[in-house]
Amino acid sequence: MTEQNNKDELIRARKEWMEKLEKALEKHPERREFKFDTGLSVERIYDPLSMGEFAYPDRLGWPGEYPFTRGIQPTMYRGRLWTMRQYAGFGSAEETNKRFRYLLEQGQTGLSVAFDLPTQIGYDSDHPLARGEVGKVGVAIDTLADMETLLEHIPLDRVSTSMTINSPAAVLLAMYMAVAEKQGIPMDKIKGTIQNDILKEYVARGTYIFPPRESMRLIVDIFAYAGKHIPNWNTISISGYHIREAGSTAIQEAAFTLSNAIAYVEAALQAGLEIDQFAPRLSFFFNAHSNFFEEIAKFRATRRIWARLMKERFGAKKDRSMMLRFHTQTAGCTLTAQQPDVNLMRVAFQALSAVLGGTQSLHTNSRDEALALPSEHSVLLALRTQQVIGYEIGVTDTVDPLGGSYFIEKLTDHIEEEVIRYIKKIDEIGGAVVAIEKGFIQQEIQASAYRYQKEIENGDRVVVGINKFTMSGDQPIDLLKMDPAVSKRQVERLKEVRLSRNQGQVAEALQELRRAARGDENLMPYILTAVKNYATLGEICGVLRDVFGEYKQHITL
Amino acid sequence: MAFKPVRVLVGKIGLDGHDRGAKVVAQALRDSGMEVIYTGLRQTPEQIVEAALQEDVQVIGLSILSGAHMQLVPPVLEMLREQESRDIIVIVGGIIPREDITYLKEQGVAEVFTPGVTTAEIIDFIRQRAAGHE
Repeated sequence: MTEQNNKDELIRARKEWMEKLEKALEKHPERREFKFDTGLSVERIYDPLSMGEFAYPDRLGWPGEYPFTRGIQPTMYRGRLWTMRQYAGFGSAEETNKRFRYLLEQGQTGLSVAFDLPTQIGYDSDHPLARGEVGKVGVAIDTLADMETLLEHIPLDRVSTSMTINSPAAVLLAMYMAVAEKQGIPMDKIKGTIQNDILKEYVARGTYIFPPRESMRLIVDIFAYAGKHIPNWNTISISGYHIREAGSTAIQEAAFTLSNAIAYVEAALQAGLEIDQFAPRLSFFFNAHSNFFEEIAKFRATRRIWARLMKERFGAKKDRSMMLRFHTQTAGCTLTAQQPDVNLMRVAFQALSAVLGGTQSLHTNSRDEALALPSEHSVLLALRTQQVIGYEIGVTDTVDPLGGSYFIEKLTDHIEEEVIRYIKKIDEIGGAVVAIEKGFIQQEIQASAYRYQKEIENGDRVVVGINKFTMSGDQPIDLLKMDPAVSKRQVERLKEVRLSRNQGQVAEALQELRRAARGDENLMPYILTAVKNYATLGEICGVLRDVFGEYKQHITL
Repeated sequence: MAFKPVRVLVGKIGLDGHDRGAKVVAQALRDSGMEVIYTGLRQTPEQIVEAALQEDVQVIGLSILSGAHMQLVPPVLEMLREQESRDIIVIVGGIIPREDITYLKEQGVAEVFTPGVTTAEIIDFIRQRAAGHE
């Protein structure tokens, strides 16, 4: 019974320390109460007694093994570092291609495409609603011709590409496949990810087109098609990032993302797909926010919950189906316009939390993003931040270096419990789709966002340079200047493409797509044919808008 | 004279989906006693002006983070002038570069609020400027 003796001794010693502490606290009271973003109190210290009955193999296991708490690879970053993947895109395909090639020359290991809003919402650059938006928050892509330019001289068999595209994901994926085919690259060699996560668009990001049911059909069509034709493509990136940016807490971010994931899995199962056929290609995307340890624990907890969900709830058999693979981006909403260079430090700490949490790829924000799209120099500093973490400071030398920390393990358990509680609540409402239709998720996010802002305004939450350590006057910083002629040039280019293609073939492809959309065939082959004939994104989405209708926002305030 | 609350239209103009700021501001204005109409996403300048006139607001708050402010805000001001509704105050919030702020103010925007501003500052501004209308 030495174990029991040890425990008794520990309890006694702890009590003794607490008594001494009382006196110390009388003399030197603590600065304030300490809380996580999610409201839970932070204990003064965590010790073996915090852990309860701690079963190592059950809760942590080994890296690369179920439940993957310590990471999805047995060697993690000792084998290969995460993919350094900076989200980029602005103006024309030509300009963005230049930025991509610059980033690859600087040691970036994967691409991540930002599309402009008309592209994300399925409008051509000359659509009236595209006014002012062409090439602004990303690159404008109207036809396959733009995609050919965007990917020129980029070896698509060696570089993996992530595309932040949701409602029209099928169209952009088809364009990517068409370009790869023209480059002579076999379809099983292309690697990448489409975001393709519509549910979070309704609650947090806003680039929806079609109603939920029709959107889910498109998503499942992609799962089924990709499983057969592009086996190395991640068919979805289920994203908590934007939910967090919209103001949620860490726990809500994890819970709403996993609830959305459950909805996609259920939709695919209902359509007759096998769990182990599509689940290995599901990927995730999370936010690395400011509370360092809470974020690390969030990543670890989410990995464990997902593994258990897949195994126990959905009966997955393959390990790969149970692995939560994720991309991380540092929290854009924590960047300040005031004293923008300070953002470099915020980004570095957030990025470090993602690495200690075991991310598979990472985007580090640039210091000037509360002011404008990032300049080339700012992006370079952001990439260098990742390289310092990866190569200089030793945190990648062992797997899950914080595993076993009383604090981290306790916090991982706590987040797991709270996230599961939320998921149950959403299940009771009827699942993520119903919870979104009822406005539940939106209201939860909104309440957290409002609370966060109030905390800043009443000083409970310190933001350096905003409510403490402020300076008057701006620090000058060179910002990226957008070329105002981009929109005009893009519209002209689009006109040229429309004139030079075979109109009969375009009309026929769109007609076929319309017929298929009315039925229940997989739409991917039809979209691929339309794309190859240089049908525009707006034309293809226009057909689907006709057949599917458009989503009307559920406004909650 | 009975106290009449200020009426404010908070609108998301253009295709931008970032509505955290707009919603937080709308809720803060409402909590301060103002009457707030929130339009939701993807409003055109025409829709904003139409809603503002229909709802008889004294203030229009436009939120935009996509960089399309130079193309989308001036038409709102122009239509208000055409409708002889010059007395409606237009304020803008979002990621707006400094030189664009100067231009927008020349065009008739009363104030531009950029990241870091508190809701209390926005409320104070509206109270001061819309006071004459109460």
